[in-house]
Amino acid sequence: MTTMAEKGEHRYILNMGPQHPSTHGVLRVILEMEGEYVMDPQPVLGYGHRMHEKMAESRPWPNFLPNAARMDYLSALIYNHGYVGVVERLAGIEATPRAEYIRVITSELNRLQSHLLWLGVLVLDLGAFTPIMYTFEDREKILDILEDVTGSRLTYCYMRVGGVVRDIDDKFVERTREYISWQRSRMPMYDKLVTGNIIFRKRIEKIGEFNPDMARRYGLTGPVLRGTGIPYDIRRAEPYSVYPEFDFEIPTETTGDCMAAYLVRVREIEQSLRILEQALDKLPAGPAMAKVPKKLKLPAGDACYAVESPRGELVYHLTGDGSDTPYRMKIRVPSFSNLSLLPELCRGMLLSDLCACMGSLDLVIPEIDR
Amino acid sequence: MSTVMNTGFLPLELLRIIFALICAIVIVFGNAVVMGYLERKLAGRFQRRPGPMEVGWHGILQLAVDGVKLVGKQLIIPKQTDRVLYRLAPIISFAPAIMPMVVIPFAPKLQGRDFDIGLIFILAVVAINVLAILIAGWSSNNKYSLLGAMRSVAQNVAYEIPMLLTLLSVILVTGTFSLRGIVEAQSGGAWFIFFMPVAFLIFFAATLAETNRAPFDLPEAESELTAGFMTEFSGMGFSLFFMAEYTYMFIACSLTVILFLGGWSGPPLPYGEYTSALWFFAKVYALLLTMIWIRWTFPRVRFDQLLNFCWKYLVPFSLVHLLVTAVVLKL
Repeated sequence: MTTMAEKGEHRYILNMGPQHPSTHGVLRVILEMEGEYVMDPQPVLGYGHRMHEKMAESRPWPNFLPNAARMDYLSALIYNHGYVGVVERLAGIEATPRAEYIRVITSELNRLQSHLLWLGVLVLDLGAFTPIMYTFEDREKILDILEDVTGSRLTYCYMRVGGVVRDIDDKFVERTREYISWQRSRMPMYDKLVTGNIIFRKRIEKIGEFNPDMARRYGLTGPVLRGTGIPYDIRRAEPYSVYPEFDFEIPTETTGDCMAAYLVRVREIEQSLRILEQALDKLPAGPAMAKVPKKLKLPAGDACYAVESPRGELVYHLTGDGSDTPYRMKIRVPSFSNLSLLPELCRGMLLSDLCACMGSLDLVIPEIDR
Repeated sequence: MSTVMNTGFLPLELLRIIFALICAIVIVFGNAVVMGYLERKLAGRFQRRPGPMEVGWHGILQLAVDGVKLVGKQLIIPKQTDRVLYRLAPIISFAPAIMPMVVIPFAPKLQGRDFDIGLIFILAVVAINVLAILIAGWSSNNKYSLLGAMRSVAQNVAYEIPMLLTLLSVILVTGTFSLRGIVEAQSGGAWFIFFMPVAFLIFFAATLAETNRAPFDLPEAESELTAGFMTEFSGMGFSLFFMAEYTYMFIACSLTVILFLGGWSGPPLPYGEYTSALWFFAKVYALLLTMIWIRWTFPRVRFDQLLNFCWKYLVPFSLVHLLVTAVVLKL
């Protein structure tokens, strides 16, 4: 006997977004619904498209630096890092050791604030209002630290080819150390308030399960991939900057559901804190900016530079033609691939679970549209 | 109130009705203001922020200003709504909220009218709210509203069953549906919560679901359904729903206090026949604060989990509880 649902009768279209509290930006998902069940979710992209790649190809390469911060507004420094990395690799420039350490420190702080925001927002999507205020309290501390050194709080333009624009001082180091111990003292509270909460666990355990094969087909990266048991992290798999000098783990889970992605991210917070600690201990002296020619032309050729953003693998592919304007720039963003999983992942799911899934994929919409 | 001016003359009776009506409306609006302020202040406290601070001392006049703002707002009626039902829905939701005030015994001599079937009267009147939510969801011509309304109906119908079953346990003991009778049966500190704590917990959980409060606030569920059945309502339409929600919470907590926490009973006060209403309000607000506390702590449950919780746990437990109560009484 076929049910109504199998015959596809009584279906209706629910338009979720571009303005919807759970899409966190201008993502639109057209849901074909059967009662409360989502039968066919189709994401519609392009509401925030700004042609960043084309912009990169139509102006001298230094002018693209501020753009890098405006794709993924939650990991602007990591986007900075990727862009200066690819230009350095193409032009054959080496940043100073101190600059590389500062890049790692600020990038990890950026990753921490992104994970903290995600933690609050995921729980908000599940209907609890309070944890987001706690995570924002932690996040404020990072933003204050970064504001002092970079001058902005969200869309940083801090890194330059050859180094960073401003050196860090002792006060920065001291405040970062204070922050590390503060964040460590907060984690048991989140364990009790969120991880140990029975309603929270029931809401995300065994929801949105997928396997490594599915992840490979869709090109998934980042914590969602590590949730299926594959320890793929650019910081380890394709080391860049000074990451090989630090001792840290790549947390993995095996179940591949929303809970796995959640646990991976929460454990990554601790790993980022470890990297921060080691980097602050080993921080070398010296200039924070290398000698770079005033008018740097990009040599003809290709370069690729991959970094680990909080959402997964971010790759800049830059082609130079001897002028100061890139011939072609391709940016591979993690959220785009992660979102492409959504239709297959959420077929036949309840509407509430779809919100949980989108929360656990940690989508940043301007990054998808870029 | 019933005995204050009980002379039987028509003008005095009329005065009495007007006085009781004014009292009921004052309680309804006063409760909405107090609860609105408390909820926002406490939510702020839980979230390590001050809450409203701008208007008046510690934001004490915030709700008054919000009220003025809501009254002044344009009433937006979207195209293709069912205009009559759309206008009616907030009224149908709010009007029955005042009626139960007639039978609630605040103190021995502070009660509008004591019915023999006071309890059933309250349950019957309060159930109209489901209809109002369904009308609101249907008439808005919005799929989110309709989803919220459908959830609300399923949830309210389901949770009424354990609620009534636990009520029956209490009724078996007291032998009366009169609220005054139920309170008097618990005089001298023999509150029913001590004899049937399980029934109290089931009843309280059911009232959370009946009043659409977190973690059972699925009809609103703003992260999924934007604002559920209230999505399309603005200005006074929205604020009537808002006040109705707080009033239903007040009524639900009053019922819990009357059934399980001994109503007005407490340490004796001077002029206890009137002033013991203080104990009543203290208990009601203690429960209301618990509701607020729960709301700002827990995530929302999923819809199937909500219904499973009712049919698989609350209903069997309350049935067993009813059976045990009956057997114990017979022995």
